[in-house]
Amino acid sequence: MNPGSRMPESSALPSQASTAPSTDPGVAAERTVLGEADIARALTRIAHEIVERNKGAADLLLLGIPTRGVQLAHRLAERLTQIEPAFDGEYGTLDVTMYRDDLRRQPTRAVGQTVLPGSLDGTIDDKVVVLVDDVLFSGRTIRAALDALNDLGRPRVVQLAALVDRGHRELPIRADYVGKNLPTSRSERVRVRLADVDGGTDSVVISGVAP
Amino acid sequence: MKHLLTTQGLSKDDAILLLDTSAQMAATQSRENKKLPTLRGRTVVNLFYEDSTRTRISFETAAKRLSADVINFSAKGSSVSKGESLKDTALTLHAMGADAVVVRHSASGAAHQLAHAGWLDAGVLNAGDGMHQHPTQALLDAFTIRRHLVGNVGTGVPGSRQSTDTSAGADLSGLRIAIVGDVLHSRVARSNVYLLRTLGAEVTLVAPPTLVPVGVETWPCRVSYHLDETLEQWQPDAVMMLRVQRERMSGGSGSFFPSPMEYSRKFGFDARRLAVLPDHSIVMHPGPMNRGLEISAAAADHPRSVIVEQVANGVAVRMAALYLLLAGTDETGTEKTGTEKTSTDERNTL
Amino acid sequence: MSAPSTTTYVLRGVLPYGTDAVDVVLADGVIAAIGAPGTVEVPESAREVRAEGHVLLPGLVDLHTHLREPGREDAETVFSGTRAAAAGGFTAVHAMANTTPTQDTAGVVEQVYRLGQEAGWVDVHPVGAVTVGLGGEKLAELGAMADSAARVRVFSDDGKCVHDPVLMRRALEYVKAFDGVVAQHAQEPRLTEGAQMNEGVVSAQIGLTGWPAVAEESIIARDVLLAEHVGSRLHVCHLSTAGSVEIIRWAKGRGIDVTAEVTPHHLVLTDDLARDYDPVFKVNPPLRTAKDVEAVRAGLADGTIDIVATDHAPHPVEDKDCEWSSAAFGMTGLETALSVVQQTMVDTGRMTWADVARVLSENPARIGRITGSQGRPVAVGEPANLTLVDPAATRAIEGRTQVTASDNTPFAGMELPGRVVATFLRGRATVLDGTVVDGTAIDAKSLEGATR
Repeated sequence: MNPGSRMPESSALPSQASTAPSTDPGVAAERTVLGEADIARALTRIAHEIVERNKGAADLLLLGIPTRGVQLAHRLAERLTQIEPAFDGEYGTLDVTMYRDDLRRQPTRAVGQTVLPGSLDGTIDDKVVVLVDDVLFSGRTIRAALDALNDLGRPRVVQLAALVDRGHRELPIRADYVGKNLPTSRSERVRVRLADVDGGTDSVVISGVAP
Repeated sequence: MKHLLTTQGLSKDDAILLLDTSAQMAATQSRENKKLPTLRGRTVVNLFYEDSTRTRISFETAAKRLSADVINFSAKGSSVSKGESLKDTALTLHAMGADAVVVRHSASGAAHQLAHAGWLDAGVLNAGDGMHQHPTQALLDAFTIRRHLVGNVGTGVPGSRQSTDTSAGADLSGLRIAIVGDVLHSRVARSNVYLLRTLGAEVTLVAPPTLVPVGVETWPCRVSYHLDETLEQWQPDAVMMLRVQRERMSGGSGSFFPSPMEYSRKFGFDARRLAVLPDHSIVMHPGPMNRGLEISAAAADHPRSVIVEQVANGVAVRMAALYLLLAGTDETGTEKTGTEKTSTDERNTL
Repeated sequence: MSAPSTTTYVLRGVLPYGTDAVDVVLADGVIAAIGAPGTVEVPESAREVRAEGHVLLPGLVDLHTHLREPGREDAETVFSGTRAAAAGGFTAVHAMANTTPTQDTAGVVEQVYRLGQEAGWVDVHPVGAVTVGLGGEKLAELGAMADSAARVRVFSDDGKCVHDPVLMRRALEYVKAFDGVVAQHAQEPRLTEGAQMNEGVVSAQIGLTGWPAVAEESIIARDVLLAEHVGSRLHVCHLSTAGSVEIIRWAKGRGIDVTAEVTPHHLVLTDDLARDYDPVFKVNPPLRTAKDVEAVRAGLADGTIDIVATDHAPHPVEDKDCEWSSAAFGMTGLETALSVVQQTMVDTGRMTWADVARVLSENPARIGRITGSQGRPVAVGEPANLTLVDPAATRAIEGRTQVTASDNTPFAGMELPGRVVATFLRGRATVLDGTVVDGTAIDAKSLEGATR
């Protein structure tokens, strides 16, 4: 733009990389709490729970919340196809950026895509929507997701699947399917790394100051 | 982005971010509920010193679709040709707490001054300043070109996978765009030349020599005085016709060309000239058109004309610009309080 | 009016025209003695000015100043403008005619002349309008102004061009009777309708209506030929383009009696400055390109351009704090002119301080026909109209701290070399220790001197 104008952040990545060894005393090195196999097991279990809870996969619509929620939705869809051959394997993406309540507190976020499976004809009316996210924390992202869903249509029911629930909810929101409950302190940072998104191997790591 | 004032110097990354964001905004505009809550509680002022109902409505629609409060401040007609008024108006808007000002002004540089003279601290969006720039027009032109000529864009069900804009992240490399008409007085031409070049397209300006500015040689484009030659030999992918102001030909000894008929004959776009172009090519016009002067009805209404679509895309592009200007942290940082930090950190793995 | 000033000054260790150090004694309004340091006889009552290494120049003469009074006292008055002139090292200014009412009658020029005398900061020589109301249609009463108490010798419609060739010819001829000169503001009006800045690369990009160089050059070319034809004296105001320099060079080579001026701002600033649309850089003629800047510097150095004149054009804040196209043309210059000339011409080795005296004092006094009192040599017995400048000093320029009543200096925020330490008008210090000397009474001798 013009000299002096602030460039939009191209992503909402936290500025400090948690992998970098910290020189700040009192900051513990990061520790891995879930490995590749743990994550795979958790997703398989969640897939089974989804089918069980909904008595099948009829009208089921997985919507991943970018970025890693989309990848997790993809993996859940694969598993559901195996469990429930009638399931078509499709999943969608729900971008919640424009519904967030903290836009003014952050550098400008890039708006992501909302993509519904083509078979839906653009509507989510009467679907059983399962929102998929990596970490459930304050609940504000899910609040935004519910608003975003509302603008897309009227699902029969909305459920929530999260790989990690780290507590510290600020809104009356809970997950229907949780890969792992992870007690943390607020000052800690929980990161989910997925091979297809981040490279390396799948893991969930905690870094930052322990209580 | 604090302001959007000009396309000259706009980085390629920013330009593509604007186009990609526009694509996301466009996707929301085919829903039943077109309104997003994104800019709730923010105030956008449309400050129009020139009549332009079309542009004002486009910005107003964009702001309202993002739930911003819109105040239309039409300064046209009152005695505001003197400069103090711009400053005083700016101070008024500042006092009213405007978060963004969309400004249209007949004076080149008015938007730049609003942004930088220290009169107000709102984001400034240039909706056309004199003969200088009209950046959202260029962005909507680039957006329209990208949708048509880059990637494989279906016209399937809105919001569905088929309608995904596969041109996301793409530039306009390799495309040839001809901009035809009154380049000298045109902020649309200036904005497009810089933006299209930044996005990798090649641009040729086509105009009679009287309507090409002295100093054009530093612009990142080529210049031709011959429309037919350009169409036949250069085979542009898109032809953008510029509006010719009627007053340009009625200045007596100061008129820029001999007669409307001669202009039409040499620089008007019609079905015959359209037939010379490649089959995929598109015809554009920023509007409002002088049918029969710079463009014939047959060309304007031809299936390869995307003029109506340009108007529709204008709303999405302006939504994107407003979003990128207003959705982020206040420059002053007043919204930031240390204790709130963790509550905003939920998506700490994103 | 109080008693005549009887202060005697001794300037220690000054460098006349930048040459060898001397002591200079000023007494009774004249230069009483000059000699090697410590060798001159100094009256006991003399006030000593330690000025080792400071350059002593004849008092500067500006041929092109807008004092704005009568009419635009919100921008400047004769008092504030001449006080600024003194601060800038000037001892005489020519006050341009575009006041309201216009300086086109004996009455108005005498009013300005008397306001200058009453202020007492510098000699004020009003410029007379060439045409009634600067209207470009009818000759003003040039003879009456010439015969008035103001003894007008310079006539100009500055701000507007005398574009009618017949009218210009008549004016050139008519002023011969009293050795006058027509100072032309060279701007072809049709080629500059709505023009906002130099026409070129920058105007094309930023969308401001262009002001072609040819609009200036075509008028200058016409006028030098007219001056040749009728055998008259012509002065060209503020030339700004390389082409104009070439035409003047050609005309002088041909023996045409033409003189030319350049402003300090055209010696250093370019049209690139318009890119931020700050109207402080909006001026008539417009700032040109780097190539033009180089050409006017070369022309000044080789004598093609005779003088530097400020075109000091003060404007109130509201006329500049607005859109570029609504803003007034012009910038202040009295207090920065000498510094700009030092920076662009002396510090670059293109001119000596003697050359500075030539272009900022001797030549303008000669063109204005005031050599009886101004632009005199620094020599014993000459009127003590002097400027003392510390060339080693640098100063930050700021609009608000300038002496002129207006803030529109284009040099705000810049550091410029050189500082006027003292200015003497017929032996009386108008500036001392770098600050204007307020409250000093005007002595009768000064007033007499001004009418000499």
